[in-house]
Amino acid sequence: MIIIVLLIFISLGLAVFFLITYIWAVKSGQYEDTYSPGIRILFDDQLKNEEKGDSDEKKNIKE
Amino acid sequence: MIEISGSGIGQALRCYHCGEECDNNLIKSDSKHFCCHGCKTVYGILNESGLTQYYQLEKNPGPSQKEKPKGTNFDFLDNPAIQQSLLSFSSENFQNISLKLPAIHCSSCIWLLENLHLLKQGILDVKVNFSKKEALISFNPGLLSLKEVVLLLERIGYPPEINLQAGNGKGKNTEGKSLAVKMGVAGFCFGNIMLLSFPEYLGFTGEFTTELKFVFSYLSLLLAFPIVFYCSRDYYLSAFKSLKSGFVNIDVPITLGIVVLFLRSAYEIVSGTGIGYLDSLAGLLFFLLIGKWLQAKTYDGLSFERDYKSYFPISVTKIKDGKPTHVTLKEIGTGDRLHIRNNEIIPSDAKLLSNEAVIDYSFVNGEATPVSCAKGDHIFAGGREVGKGIEIEVIKKVSQSYLTQLWNNEVFKKTRENFKSLLINRISQYFTIIVLFIALVAAVSWYFIDVSQVWMVFTAVLIVACPCALVLSSPFTNGNVMQVFGRMAFYLKNSDIVEKLNEIDTIVFDKTGTITHNDNHGLEYVGKGLDSDQLARIKCVVGNSMHPLSLAVYNGLVSAPDKAGLEEYTEIPGRGICAKVGGHEIRVGSAEFTGSGSQSTKQPFGQVHVMMDDVYFGYFNVGTRYRKGLKTLFKVLKDRYAVMLLSGDSERDLETVTADYINKNNVHFNQSPQDKLDFIKQLQAEGKKVLMIGDGLNDAGALRQSDIGIAVTDDVANFTPASDAILLGSNLKMLDRFLTFGKFANKIVIASFILSFSYNLVGIGLAVMGFLEPIAAAILMPLSSISVVLFTTMTIQFAAKKRKMFEP
Repeated sequence: MIIIVLLIFISLGLAVFFLITYIWAVKSGQYEDTYSPGIRILFDDQLKNEEKGDSDEKKNIKE
Repeated sequence: MIEISGSGIGQALRCYHCGEECDNNLIKSDSKHFCCHGCKTVYGILNESGLTQYYQLEKNPGPSQKEKPKGTNFDFLDNPAIQQSLLSFSSENFQNISLKLPAIHCSSCIWLLENLHLLKQGILDVKVNFSKKEALISFNPGLLSLKEVVLLLERIGYPPEINLQAGNGKGKNTEGKSLAVKMGVAGFCFGNIMLLSFPEYLGFTGEFTTELKFVFSYLSLLLAFPIVFYCSRDYYLSAFKSLKSGFVNIDVPITLGIVVLFLRSAYEIVSGTGIGYLDSLAGLLFFLLIGKWLQAKTYDGLSFERDYKSYFPISVTKIKDGKPTHVTLKEIGTGDRLHIRNNEIIPSDAKLLSNEAVIDYSFVNGEATPVSCAKGDHIFAGGREVGKGIEIEVIKKVSQSYLTQLWNNEVFKKTRENFKSLLINRISQYFTIIVLFIALVAAVSWYFIDVSQVWMVFTAVLIVACPCALVLSSPFTNGNVMQVFGRMAFYLKNSDIVEKLNEIDTIVFDKTGTITHNDNHGLEYVGKGLDSDQLARIKCVVGNSMHPLSLAVYNGLVSAPDKAGLEEYTEIPGRGICAKVGGHEIRVGSAEFTGSGSQSTKQPFGQVHVMMDDVYFGYFNVGTRYRKGLKTLFKVLKDRYAVMLLSGDSERDLETVTADYINKNNVHFNQSPQDKLDFIKQLQAEGKKVLMIGDGLNDAGALRQSDIGIAVTDDVANFTPASDAILLGSNLKMLDRFLTFGKFANKIVIASFILSFSYNLVGIGLAVMGFLEPIAAAILMPLSSISVVLFTTMTIQFAAKKRKMFEP
């Protein structure tokens, strides 16, 4: 029986940990802007590709 | 990339930068078309720095450069004191500032702003907050001054809105955060208490269960503490406040429910008679907080509380001992000499010292055409100088000026809080009394049946009658309506406005800028075709004149090429201009002056006729342009509401207005800002519920006084006076649809009230008979909340599609 009580406390401890991380996320302002982070993650890759593409194009024009 | 061909067979040519329709295909660069030189310049800057990916992320992403008055003076940013108040961090080679950039609107904007370091050396890092339309910019002050940063932003089409009181908005933010934390805590407690209650739900019995039950119930009690003492604090406060003012709002029965739930559960657990209703309590709070969060959701990027201070410049150029210095508005005193540049706002009532000036008062008093002033004339604060720079002498302090005095009116001092009128609070009055009555009757009845049950039944009724679903009805319905409206660029300050929209019986419109266009763009030309060379000549001629109509034509021809070569120039007051450009004679002015030959028809104000080399070409129409689709709107509205019009303008548009829009006796011209406010007040004194629709500073008082004030704007990023809602000008024609949809939403709210009442009835029935087991409460309460949420959300979204709310 003691094992159930133990498990309950472990699960509660886990839940508390998640609650604390959630509170931390709110306080640090992660929910203030939900639009740009998703967009931002796509930018860097595109920029590199684009630069390549652009320079290729320029080469073609020169040729 | 698909190129739209310039020949344009019925297909509109779109600006590569901002996507606006191009009037002609004169402005080209790299085979791309632009609507104006502003857009082309921005494209040039970006192209040079290899930032053309801006145009690939989204189509035509740029903010339009047409409407933005250029040349805002940012010299004050060199003032160290002002810098200090704006910068959030400053050191020798690192400065950090958070700027509001209202023009942010798409992912391309984020990309461009966050790659600003590629455009200019010295920018270290930019982080955009999209929903707030803010950018946190770090830069190296050794390489780049704050002013240069701001000028750079302005040049690429993102002029920052700088407000010295910008720091005030921080309080609201922490409030939202604390609500989110409360929601998280409530959710956590709800989930865990529910888990701990499961054995009880399933009716486990056995040798170990008593021990387990003991542990589980005390754990639940422990988990209920944050719910009762932290998450529900706002409800206690609100209930206490309303009772103190002698009124029973909906938070009173909620508080009663929470307290009774907790006390009874605690009693059951401590006395070992049961496990209580703590799962219901936690669920109740969790759902309530979700509703509250939805209700508190607003448009972060928009400001509904602006006063004249955010319209006026932060600083002005004062001439002191013959030298220009920059001073803030507060420092201006009477007798100061100020220098006002083109497009700058006049900060206080003053006397004109220069020989002549043209002032555009359209935003201040609704007068559509700019006014010419001569030396010594009295000019009013809020007017915009058009044309050359002028010098003025201040005769009144900023806060004492004609326009700004409006804000000394008491309307602006009291906060608007008429929570009593909301349906939910009207219902709660009766609701609370009825519930208490039922609980008492049940308790008394049980006294005769079984005395031991009296207390149990009494508390059970109070618990199950807790109006959780009732409270959720309005926030979820109106929150959804708000979202539907938002998609059509009708932004409400909060969701309660939806309910208040239904009480409206009188609609008052402003004229200039509201039902008409505020600008002179899209200048209408009637007559023979003009080629670009001829347009350039006309532009050259009118550019030399200070006459309001010339300025209007000049502004309309911004996109035409510039041309030098003015040889002769004579302006004949009241008639027109006679000039010679590049060997061609041009006459611009009245019909008679240019020999149009059509003197027979009445000459409406605002036509500029053109004659070149003795050939009459046609005329430009710079008269009032009404927004499209309004005639139908007014026809529909007239049947259902009392529709009125207040205008600060002179009566010259009276005929058109009365013919096509409104009955004559409901139209009032020459109204000062104070008159408008008083007019609304008088209507309200007659018991009318007034919806005011206006755009300018002159409507600010009326917007504030009215029951609902809607500010109309052509660009939601621009300044709007304090209001309850902001509506994009082109969607004003949908107003009747918004109003009917609001009415429909109100019916949905009432339907969901009935739904939640029926749950309450079942619950109370069970409670009165003494059958309310914890499991029944645990099922009934979340079920009622969820069904109300689903019902309201789905009907509103479905109805919005069916009623074609998303089609302009």
